[in-house]
Amino acid sequence: MSAQAISESGDRSDFWQGVRLSMPVVVASAPFAVLFGALAVDNGFSVLEAFLMSALVYGGASQMVGIQLFGQHVAPWLIVLSIFAVNFRHVLYSAGIGRRIAHWPVIQQALGYFILTDPQFAVAEARAQSGQTVGFAWYLGLGLPVYLFWIVESALGAVFGKLIPDTHALGIDFLLPIYFLGLVLGFRKRPLWLPVVIASAAASIVAYKTVGSPWHVSIGAIAGVLLAVILPPHHSGVKARP
Amino acid sequence: MSTTFWIIIAGAIATYLTRVGGHLVISRFHNIHPRVEAGLNAVPAAVLTTLVAPELLNAGPAEWAALVVTAVVSLRGGLMAMFLAGAAVLIVARQFVG
Repeated sequence: MSAQAISESGDRSDFWQGVRLSMPVVVASAPFAVLFGALAVDNGFSVLEAFLMSALVYGGASQMVGIQLFGQHVAPWLIVLSIFAVNFRHVLYSAGIGRRIAHWPVIQQALGYFILTDPQFAVAEARAQSGQTVGFAWYLGLGLPVYLFWIVESALGAVFGKLIPDTHALGIDFLLPIYFLGLVLGFRKRPLWLPVVIASAAASIVAYKTVGSPWHVSIGAIAGVLLAVILPPHHSGVKARP
Repeated sequence: MSTTFWIIIAGAIATYLTRVGGHLVISRFHNIHPRVEAGLNAVPAAVLTTLVAPELLNAGPAEWAALVVTAVVSLRGGLMAMFLAGAAVLIVARQFVG
């Protein structure tokens, strides 16, 4: 086998390894994609517009906030600002993941940042932390199925949304917090994990009560990150790494 | 084109800026200070926590049970096992306590 063939088959198995890791995310996000489609049409979007928003924005919580404001006839610039605020946490993700994918060609990086969602960041960061390289094929295998299912299911939700029975009994409104808690717990071996989680939880709850949503996300995140920055580096374990 | 269309386009651009912006700022620095690195390492837990914590304010017994089971399963299981266990407990609990 030539070196190129070996590298190609390596890419292929990396891709499918990513696809396998994407499956929990596909399953977890499916109810939200369908729900988004249903709510979008309910708030005055056409099926095409619901599909387009999923395809172009591709950020679940921000899409939900966007259509909710849209239904309340809020000024367009305010809707866009809210989408920006909800997604502002991605600034931190791109700052973090940039270190892991800096060796990719620029086009691949540009595409990589487009699909940089919460789970995409969490799973890719976990791989990098375990000492493995974050390759483009693996990253695409992880992200592409989630993206494709997301936009198709959004459209399906928009078409068939009115057929969903009692969403509360099915727990759909609380699946997102459960999923995010699972992601948080997945990082529990990191240095400073507990102090950061406590600081972010406290700050986000206080901000939620005072400033209001969606700013509690940015405020809570900054509180946790600042704590990690302020505590002496030797406590964070950064120096201990080879 | 409709106003909705332009809201979607602007929202998409704003979102992409957040997804590439952090990298564009950080990559201007050649040496990353240990404190900055500690901050970056704290990002996922810090951000994801803010998506869960405020939900506790409106949560009841069914939601609490689901979160506790998710946490317990996390000691052994992977993300999928955690999520399915939490979701199953939530759906079952809601049949009884609403």
